[in-house]
Order: sequence, then structure tokens, then C-alpha cells
Amino acid sequence: MTSEAKIHLDRVGKTYPGTKVPAVEDLTLDVYDGEILVLVGPSGCGKSTTLRLINRMIEPTSGRILLDGEDVTQGNPDKLRRRIGYVIQQIGLFPHQTIAQNIATLPKMLGWDKEQITARVDELMSTVGLDPEEYRDRYPKELSGGQAQRVGVARALGADPDIMLMDEPFGAIDPITRDRLQNEFLRLQSELRKSIVFVTHDIDEAIKMGDRIAILGERSQIRQIDTPERILAYPVDDFVNDFIGTGSTIKGLNFLKVSSLTLTGYPRMSTDEAPEKGIARLQESGSDWLVLVDDQNRPLRWLNESDLAGSGDELESGGEEIGEFLQSDNTLFHALEQMVQSAAGCSIVVNAAGAFEGVVQMEDLSKAVRRAQMEAKLHYEELEEMQA
Amino acid sequence: MEALRSWFTYVQDNFEFILEETIAHARIVVIVIALATVFSILLGVAVSRRPILRAMALSVAGILLTIPSLAMFALFIPVVGIGNKPAMIALFLYAILPILRNTVTGLDSVSPAVVESAKGMGMNPAQQLLKVRLPLAWPVIMAGVRISSLLVVGIAAIAVLVGGDGLGSFIQAGLTRRGLPNAANSVFVGVVFTVLLGLLLDVVFATIQRFTTSRGLRI
Repeated sequence: MTSEAKIHLDRVGKTYPGTKVPAVEDLTLDVYDGEILVLVGPSGCGKSTTLRLINRMIEPTSGRILLDGEDVTQGNPDKLRRRIGYVIQQIGLFPHQTIAQNIATLPKMLGWDKEQITARVDELMSTVGLDPEEYRDRYPKELSGGQAQRVGVARALGADPDIMLMDEPFGAIDPITRDRLQNEFLRLQSELRKSIVFVTHDIDEAIKMGDRIAILGERSQIRQIDTPERILAYPVDDFVNDFIGTGSTIKGLNFLKVSSLTLTGYPRMSTDEAPEKGIARLQESGSDWLVLVDDQNRPLRWLNESDLAGSGDELESGGEEIGEFLQSDNTLFHALEQMVQSAAGCSIVVNAAGAFEGVVQMEDLSKAVRRAQMEAKLHYEELEEMQA
Repeated sequence: MEALRSWFTYVQDNFEFILEETIAHARIVVIVIALATVFSILLGVAVSRRPILRAMALSVAGILLTIPSLAMFALFIPVVGIGNKPAMIALFLYAILPILRNTVTGLDSVSPAVVESAKGMGMNPAQQLLKVRLPLAWPVIMAGVRISSLLVVGIAAIAVLVGGDGLGSFIQAGLTRRGLPNAANSVFVGVVFTVLLGLLLDVVFATIQRFTTSRGLRI
């Protein structure tokens, strides 16, 4: 395992002088190539300290740090830091330098030639969504918080490091901009595939950003480390359960897809059939509602018995609206959202052509959730057996 | 009106001499400020992160400023003889406090996040100082330089008492010939041209401050 890890922390500890209790105790942690590992935990748990141990902004008092298998615990810390992108919440742009100069900081220190630097700066500005023509010569004070953090990310990417350390990078930004920056960053990461350690105190941000999440307790002890879906499905103890908070099951629905369900059939009738046929099907199935479909099997309206018993030629505008349809790549969270809005209490799934495939009902969701919980539990039992 | 006309006539008649002494005065001030700036910035950088040394340096610089100038000028005559030298040493000591204090304050006011990100990018302490901390502290340091230059322009008039040059000679000449013709005119030449020189130097330093401060730091 050790040789595969991009970053390997080997029983790393930090005890500040004059204190007895270590801030970080005996932490062993792997970060794999190309993943975002989120460190999340209550404030004061030592997650920021842990992050800063990796680029030795804080020197560990015990243990070893390995990058690509190479021990970097000794040696020049400045050289180490030049290999690692570092983004902090306060951003820390140099106010006396233009945006271009800020981004060029590390390439310049590494002695790149001028044209190479200019090209790199323009490329990075476009990468983070800032028009080089417009922003190159501006100063940090002329930027909004969101723009400044984009520059912060671009500057950290300056010399194209494999590894990025991000300490609550979006923490001081308003919720709407934060959401946009998170999405942009995830899209960026899907191309760049950096190995990233990301610190946050916000479990929702952790769930959104993390390929894996490490939930840290006091002294940076790992309480659970796993994919977000498995943590949500199976929190290993009360600490983790309390930390991920209420609604974790609902959040877990974000990781399950409609395609994983076996769809239930549902009574339906076509616009060219007689209403009496529909009434017969309702009585036959015991359902309160049926789906009216057009001649190409595309769902139109929800109809109940009284809608059908009324005038025959108003069927297409009668009954209740269906709202949005689901497709197989939608999440079950989306399915739940549609379900609670729907007159019939279930949501309709269509295929790529828009034709009716079936419905998702509450019991399908709970089955899926329980299956995910079961799988996660089995996974942990297997892990225990392997360790035993 | 008559007095003013007489003064202008006096200035016209002695213009060459006045100009000479003004230049000599300015020369003393500029040399002293240049040396004091270099010294105080180096000292400020050295003590800025060492609380005890820093408190000591600031107290000593403060005490120097309270030593009466007449005594301070005379103090160095046994060491370097009479002339401009003892005067310049005394002025140098006076000029330290404002520049030192502003250097320390300016370095303090640099945002910790900026220093953190500089360090995080792998800048060594010297690079952090030269590329980040000093450029950011620079406007505050220059404000200290301007205060020192105003301070020194005034006190430099005393240089004449220890055998130095400068506009002080007009004041001294006037005072010793009190009651005689042109005595008052001479004193006022000393005062007015010292003030004018002070204003001129302040404009010069303000211009230097403006052109050496990044546009990103201007308010």
C-alpha cells in the first residue's frame, strides 16, 4: 500500500513546546494519486495542523512524511514547499503585485524564462475562469472574494505541482459563489487529477468535494476514513454519526442512481383508449392514480378515477401535472424530490426517448438505502476479518 | 511693508550666499537622512521579530531624541573635532526614531496570511523579506523618512554652533548683531529658507514615496 500512496504520513505527531497533550498524535494516512482526500472534523481537532505538517509549515515532532515514497521529513523545507500547491482561506495574495505577477511567483523563483511564464500565466487565468486580457494587470484589491480565490488557486497551480494542500479554501466566500467555485474546482480536478488534501469543517462540503473523507476526532485521530457514500451509509460510531448529523441518509441518496433500482410497473392508459378502460385498470391494480401517456408512450398527466369518470375529451388537460421526469442517471435524491411533489406520491422514470419506463416509489428508496447500508456494513466486517 | 521690502532687498543682495548656505544645509540633511534610513531599516528588520531587542532599540532611539540638541552637538566635538561632522552625527541619531518606529510598525502591519502564503510557496526568509514584507511596509517606512527629514531640517540650523555650515549661520549672525542694521533680516532669512527647504524636501520625498510604492498599495 505504502508504495502506491502519493503522500504517506507514517505515525506523524506534533507536540507544541510547553504542552503535554499532542496536537496531532501518531497519525498514519495515505493520499492516493489523483484523489481529493478531505480532512473534516470539529474545530480544534488538529485538521489544519495535520495539513500544515505535510508541507512542513509546522515541523512534525515525530514520524515521517513520504511523497512518492521519498522521505521529505528532513532536508530543505522551502524546496519541499515549491513542489506543493498551497491554498489558504485568507488567500494571501500579494497586494503590491498584479494578478499576473502573483501567479508568476513560483515559476519566476524556479527560473522559467519570460515567454514561458507569460504563457503559463495566461493559461492558468483561463483555467480558473478569469479573462487574462481583463485581469492580468489588475491588483488584488480590485477583485471580489471569489475572483481572489480563483487567483489563489491559479497561483498554487503555478509550477504545476502534483500535490495541492487546501485549507478551507472556500470558507470565507458567500454560499452562492462558494457553490460555483466548488463545482468549477471539481471540473478542473477531473482534468488535472492532482493529489489533493482538502481541509474543511463543513461536512456537506466534505461530502461534495471528497473522493474520500477522513473524519478526525481529537488530536487528529482518524475516526473513519472512507468514500462519502460509505460513511453516510455506515457511520462506524456515535462520534461520526453525530458529526455527519441528521439527514445523513437523505444526503446518502445523492450517491445512489435511479439506474440501480428495479423499476415498478404502474397502471397507465393511452390517450386513444376509452376512459372506461382506465377505470377498469385502476380497480384491477388497486392504485389511486394512473399515468396518461401519448401515442408514443410519453407520460402526460396523472389521472384518478374521478378525472376518468368526467368528460372524455378533456383527459389531456385533466388530472394533475407530472412535473419533471427522471432518467436513469439521476440520483435518488432527485427522485425523492420529485416524489414528494407528485400527486401520486411516486416519480416517473423515462428512457432517453422520453417513453415511460416505470416509477420510483418510497419503498424503492428505502430498499436502496438499506442495501447500501448493508453493503457498507459487510465491507467493514470484511475489513475487521482481514485485520483479525 | 517697509520691513518686508527691506527683507527682500537683503535677500536679493545676498542671494548667492543664501543659496550656498541653503545647498550646504540641504546636503547635510540629505546625507544624514540617507544614512539614517539605511541604518534604521536594517535595525528595524533585525529587531522586528525579537520583542526584547525591539523594545530596547525603540527606547534607546526615543531617549536620543530627548537629549537637548545643543548638548548633543557639542558631545561629539572631542571625538571628531568641529565642523559638519559632529553636527551630522547628532542629526543622524535624531533621525533614527521615526524611521525605526515606522519600519517596525510597517513590518507588523503586513498581513500574516500574505507571509504565510509566501512561505507556503517556498520563499526563504530573505525572499519573504525582500519580495513581500519590505515592499508592503515601504509606504509606512517612507512616511517615517519624511517625518525625520522635517525634524532634521529644523535641528540642522544648530550645526553652525559647532562650526558647521547651513542656514543656521544667518540666524546666529543676526542674533549676535542684534540692534544693528539687517540683524533681523538675517535671522528671518535663516528661518524662512529653513522652512522652505523643509517643504521642498518633503515634496521630494513624497514624490519618491509615490513612485516607489506599488499601485496596488495606493489608497
